[in-house]
Amino acid sequence: MVDYFLNLFADVSWLAAMPAGAQFLLAALLAGLPLFLFVAVNAIIAVYAERKVSAFMQDRLGPMGQGVGLHAGKWGLLQTVADALKLILKQDIIPALADRKLFILAPFIIFIAPFVAIAAMPFNQHILVADFNIGVFFLLAVGSVGVIGIILAGYSSNNKWSLYGAMRSAAQIISYEIPAALSILTVIMLTGSLQMQEIIKAQSGTIWGILPNWFIFNNPFTLLAFFLFFIAGVAETNRTPFDLPEAESELVAGFHTEYSGMRWAFFFLSEYANVFIVSGITAIVFLGGWQSPIPGYMDGPFWGLVWFFSKVVFLILVMMWFRWTFPRLRTDQLMRMCWKFFLPASLVNILGVGLWDLLVN
Amino acid sequence: MTESLDLELGSVQTEEMVLNMGPQHPSTHGVLRLKVLTDGEIVTRITPYIGYLHRCFEKHCENVTYEQVLPYTDRCDYIAAMNNNFGYAVAVEKLMDIKVPEKVEHIRVIVAELNRIASHLLAVGTFGLDVGAFTPFLYCFRDRERILDLFEMLCGARLLYSYIWVGGLSHDLPVGWVEKAYEFLDYFEPQVEEYNNILTFNKIFIERTADVGVLPQEVAISYGVTGPNLRGSGVKWDLRKDDPYSIYDKFEFDIPIGTGVVGTVGDCWDRYYIRVREIEESVKIVRQALEQLPRDGDVHEAIPKKIRPPKGQLYNRTETPRGELGYYIISNGKPIADRLKMRSPAFTALSCIDEIARGWMISDVFAILGSLDIVLGEIDR
Amino acid sequence: MNFNQLVEYINEQFRKEFVQTGEEVPADHISVAASDWKDFAEFLRNDEHLFFDAMMCITGVDFGEESDLGVIYNLHSMKHNHKLEVRITISRDKPVVPSVEKIWRIADWFERETYDMYGIEFEGHSDLRRILLPEDWEGFPLRKDYVFPTSYHGIDIPKMKEGWE
Repeated sequence: MVDYFLNLFADVSWLAAMPAGAQFLLAALLAGLPLFLFVAVNAIIAVYAERKVSAFMQDRLGPMGQGVGLHAGKWGLLQTVADALKLILKQDIIPALADRKLFILAPFIIFIAPFVAIAAMPFNQHILVADFNIGVFFLLAVGSVGVIGIILAGYSSNNKWSLYGAMRSAAQIISYEIPAALSILTVIMLTGSLQMQEIIKAQSGTIWGILPNWFIFNNPFTLLAFFLFFIAGVAETNRTPFDLPEAESELVAGFHTEYSGMRWAFFFLSEYANVFIVSGITAIVFLGGWQSPIPGYMDGPFWGLVWFFSKVVFLILVMMWFRWTFPRLRTDQLMRMCWKFFLPASLVNILGVGLWDLLVN
Repeated sequence: MTESLDLELGSVQTEEMVLNMGPQHPSTHGVLRLKVLTDGEIVTRITPYIGYLHRCFEKHCENVTYEQVLPYTDRCDYIAAMNNNFGYAVAVEKLMDIKVPEKVEHIRVIVAELNRIASHLLAVGTFGLDVGAFTPFLYCFRDRERILDLFEMLCGARLLYSYIWVGGLSHDLPVGWVEKAYEFLDYFEPQVEEYNNILTFNKIFIERTADVGVLPQEVAISYGVTGPNLRGSGVKWDLRKDDPYSIYDKFEFDIPIGTGVVGTVGDCWDRYYIRVREIEESVKIVRQALEQLPRDGDVHEAIPKKIRPPKGQLYNRTETPRGELGYYIISNGKPIADRLKMRSPAFTALSCIDEIARGWMISDVFAILGSLDIVLGEIDR
Repeated sequence: MNFNQLVEYINEQFRKEFVQTGEEVPADHISVAASDWKDFAEFLRNDEHLFFDAMMCITGVDFGEESDLGVIYNLHSMKHNHKLEVRITISRDKPVVPSVEKIWRIADWFERETYDMYGIEFEGHSDLRRILLPEDWEGFPLRKDYVFPTSYHGIDIPKMKEGWE
């Protein structure tokens, strides 16, 4: 999209007269603004969805409004708007003994990570802010920047609960990154490219004329890789059953115990942005991204957008389903699961895909 | 630079960290403070500090009449107020030698067992919450709500009933209550299966609770642990069966004990599962009591005009959802008790927390605390 | 064993004429001198036929402003399903009772509670501090001669209503 804007600028005389660096900055800004809006809107919709989904799972109604006046709107549609307003208006508290600079810095780092990551995500054939030739690698790398913010938040709060949350989070995210990356490696072995669009394009066509040629259906090892990646992804987003860093009933609120108001909202935004990213990567790498499930039909740019979002929403709903069904694991069990099961399984998986590629294809 | 290279592992200072859990903490079930000494995530010692909710129950009892003590008993164990009323009423009746009509006895057993179900539902739900499962909690509350509706029909109150009076009850059963109660039982019985599906036999839940916080028999007895916690350790001991009061000897029910189905006898899972099974047993008792309930009779018949027990003292105990609730009453013939001591089951249950939670991780402390099912109102009195 | 059998057994096995029997002695509890309590408690806990493995309750008592203090122990045997009440009376000036914390673990907290409310010292208790009241609380509230404080940390305590009954 940056290129698109740059091309646009070339046609406008007073813009073209600007130095190249300024042009690039402006183009990047214009491309980035929708991203920011997208992240915010995503969180608002996701929070509302989470409230409603959890309500239906728990045999209750969730936010509801009735009549006119200061209610949460019909079916509680304005609930998250009210939440956002509350968060903006809330007093911003920085604990007296906190490390002020790091305390203020941490939410931004946490927020930047998913924000940047979304830039490399293709929504359809054309909408893609930056098409890196190392797209997948970029996503994985940027995704783990957030952990630095979490550690900073936990450390700077000068609160023991926060510290525990941060330590758990660091251990957890770093551990689960390995099986996640190894699972994606299986797909990269098959496509031979790290570029997002290339990976999606490699999934066009059908298998035996029935199934779409998505990597989840490609061979049994990629199917396993799909599950490994998705579960590791859930673990990376710190959601139940892997929500140990913020374990509400144990660590109060983990690393963001001491945050309030807008600063806290950044954690919130980034959590839902991360959920979106994990679901997005899973959809792109294993479920064909914007590819239609019935190959050859309904695959224009508009339908691409629809298919991509429906896949993502489906995966987000699955994550919500997890969250409202499972209890939480313990730290050592979480680590054991990662190092003793996920890691060997994903290593075997790579071998399996290699052999499959060699023998079957 | 060279300095940091010289730094060897042995010279790194490590020390235990004191973690203050509570009094404001989401999972301490009230205002309980635990001073936890931790080595990383491992807990090395726990010192409980209680008394944040101390309301001078015993001092009050020495200053108000026997009738006026009753509402205070509600507020001790506010989760199972009926059972606390029951224990107090039985104790004073014993002291005064009052014989209560059959109908009153039946209604008492019915409401006490319904309250036991409600209390266990809360225990099961919050235990799920303690290990991170949110949904079972709301399922339990949904069903508990129906019991509270029944109680509301009875006496207008939903939490603090003061329903069981010395010698009788505050209100007779309203018209249609028995049918409503049957309706509830018919609805509720299949629900237990749902809890088992979503929580009891969940793999993660078993991982978290089986073999954790094992409370061996001898330790449990020595710590005076009673009720479901003791039965979870495999001791078949229930005052309703072993030292029957009221008319519990007329009903048929089992006493579930911990058998270590998924772990060791006396672990958190056992303590939890005992409660689920006790819910089923209580349903049985309520059914029997409803069937045998005499249709006519005056619930106010045996209520004394003035409660003035003769000189004497006694220790009377009853089984509440949390265990043995004892009242030690010393009367010197006045309408005010000379001394009224309440032995609360949660108090004794909490005292063993250091013994069983030592060496486990921080997450387990909450699982263990949740499995003991304490109510701070009763511990602090 | 019922109460009479218990008394008989104790008199036989523990010490001759340890428990007073007779018409005027009420047959529901055993009165013990504070000095004998520790040995007696060990006997009750460890004897095969008594085996009082559970302590149900410890109750502190104040018999009146001019009178003595008391401690009441309610014991129970899970194995034999019999129970026993033991009472100890001690002087108000020097309220000291040996601790049985090591014999029944729950006695730890019960004794702390009794100390908290009555100021009865339990000799040999490893950690005798207040349990329900704040650590800097003055006086022992359940004693009959307790004087209500007028303020606590600068907070006025409203005068108690008088004239109940």
